[in-house]
Amino acid sequence: MEHIQTLNTRNLCESAKNGGCGECQTSCQSACKTSCGIANQQCEKKAEK
Amino acid sequence: MIHQYKMDGLNIVLDVCSGGVHLVDEVAYDMIALYEREPREKVLAAVAEKYAGREDVTRKDLETCYEEITALKDAGQLFSEDSFRPMAGALKQKTAGVVKALCLHVAHTCNLNCAYCFASQGKYHGDRAVMSYEVGRQALDFLIANSGTRRNLEVDFFGGEPLMNFDTVKRLVAYARSVEKEKGKNFRFTLTTNGLLIDDDVIDFANRECANVVLSLDGRKEIHDRYRVDYAGNGSWDRIVPKFRKLVEARGGKNYYMRGTFTHANPDFLKDIETMLDLGFTELSMEPVVCAEGDPAALTEEDLPIVLRQYEDLARLLVRRRREGRPFTFYHYMIDLSGGPCVYKRISGCGSGTEYMAVTPWGDLYPCHQFVGEESFRLGDIWQGVTNLETQADFAACNVYAREECRDCWARLYCSGGCAANAYHATGSVRGVYRTGCELFRKRMECAIWAEAMRTREEQG
Repeated sequence: MEHIQTLNTRNLCESAKNGGCGECQTSCQSACKTSCGIANQQCEKKAEK
Repeated sequence: MIHQYKMDGLNIVLDVCSGGVHLVDEVAYDMIALYEREPREKVLAAVAEKYAGREDVTRKDLETCYEEITALKDAGQLFSEDSFRPMAGALKQKTAGVVKALCLHVAHTCNLNCAYCFASQGKYHGDRAVMSYEVGRQALDFLIANSGTRRNLEVDFFGGEPLMNFDTVKRLVAYARSVEKEKGKNFRFTLTTNGLLIDDDVIDFANRECANVVLSLDGRKEIHDRYRVDYAGNGSWDRIVPKFRKLVEARGGKNYYMRGTFTHANPDFLKDIETMLDLGFTELSMEPVVCAEGDPAALTEEDLPIVLRQYEDLARLLVRRRREGRPFTFYHYMIDLSGGPCVYKRISGCGSGTEYMAVTPWGDLYPCHQFVGEESFRLGDIWQGVTNLETQADFAACNVYAREECRDCWARLYCSGGCAANAYHATGSVRGVYRTGCELFRKRMECAIWAEAMRTREEQG
């Protein structure tokens, strides 16, 4: 495209089809915890690949 | 829904529901803003008028731009609809009753006397206490028994200062390791410490057993020592920094966070980040203080613009140092655009009170560490399990659609509805909204996505 560059992102609508395994890390916005925020968390399925 | 913003020469358009991130030129930026509001000809006319002085912006060029936008819309990458609402409770429903993470308050006592401590110097507004091995072991058994088919279990050793009960911590880890295989589980331990009691034994243990270590350092010596003092009033910076350096050096690349708190005393917290970098630390976090309005440490309205500027400058520093081959990580700017969590997770909320709970030294269960000491939030205990089902139901119902204010927020799928404890402390309800926190969060997300976009640009040359 001439005017628009689209970054490579996970399509969230698509992720609805095979997501929801619940194996991912607990999320917490506070970094005083073991957890991570939603934005900086990795999908556990992807991490295993 | 889309969100558009500009930062340092990049025009960024976020497609909220698909998670799409687009870098666009000026013409496309203006056209996207009008696209859903006006019919095609009006959009083209308005943009043509604005760029009338530019020879390169021809009618044909504008039509091409319009077609690009339409193509992205048709592909579900722009102006995508929010169709997730019916799924909002699905993940929590599917995993109802499953606990996968515990925050073990192994010490409700502390060897520091930080005035800004949300946990009232580790006591959580109650008595000083340390957790016995028996209570800790029952907590681990409770976690195993309630974790269903989930394999990875997270346990955070927290306080107060957990190293004041280090022998119990070591025994609990040994116990967990002795049963995890047989039970089909994998424990991931984290230790959060102020550093005073770090010695070679702690370093060896932390580096062998802990997936992550969170080390409390507020940055500049004068800032750190303002609040992080011992009971004699002496600052702790000089004592802990050498210990932190030794631990991190020995850690050999395993995860850690140098974690600071910024307050009204240092809204210019970028200077504290720079101090941490100068000390050789590269995995960093700075968090706004959690305290009551009116507390001398509390951030004020006047601090906000300063804080927002820090976040922008921090993103610039991150990009600059990455370019120079001296990268660092800032917790809130870690964002995995291509491999982040699925939408179920993004709309489910944080899991406090359901999949995650805090355990007091006496074995009581609370929705998370920030609710410990608030008696009405006590969920039950590690022997009987959750008995306060009404309060648990309130937490189970927390999701991104539970708060009116989140529905029109572009950042909702990056934050998942925010922190229940912050909401409670700001509004009296776990389903309220802590507006200042939202403002800071949105700014952080803009900066994080900008930094990622810069990375992509630079990798493509």
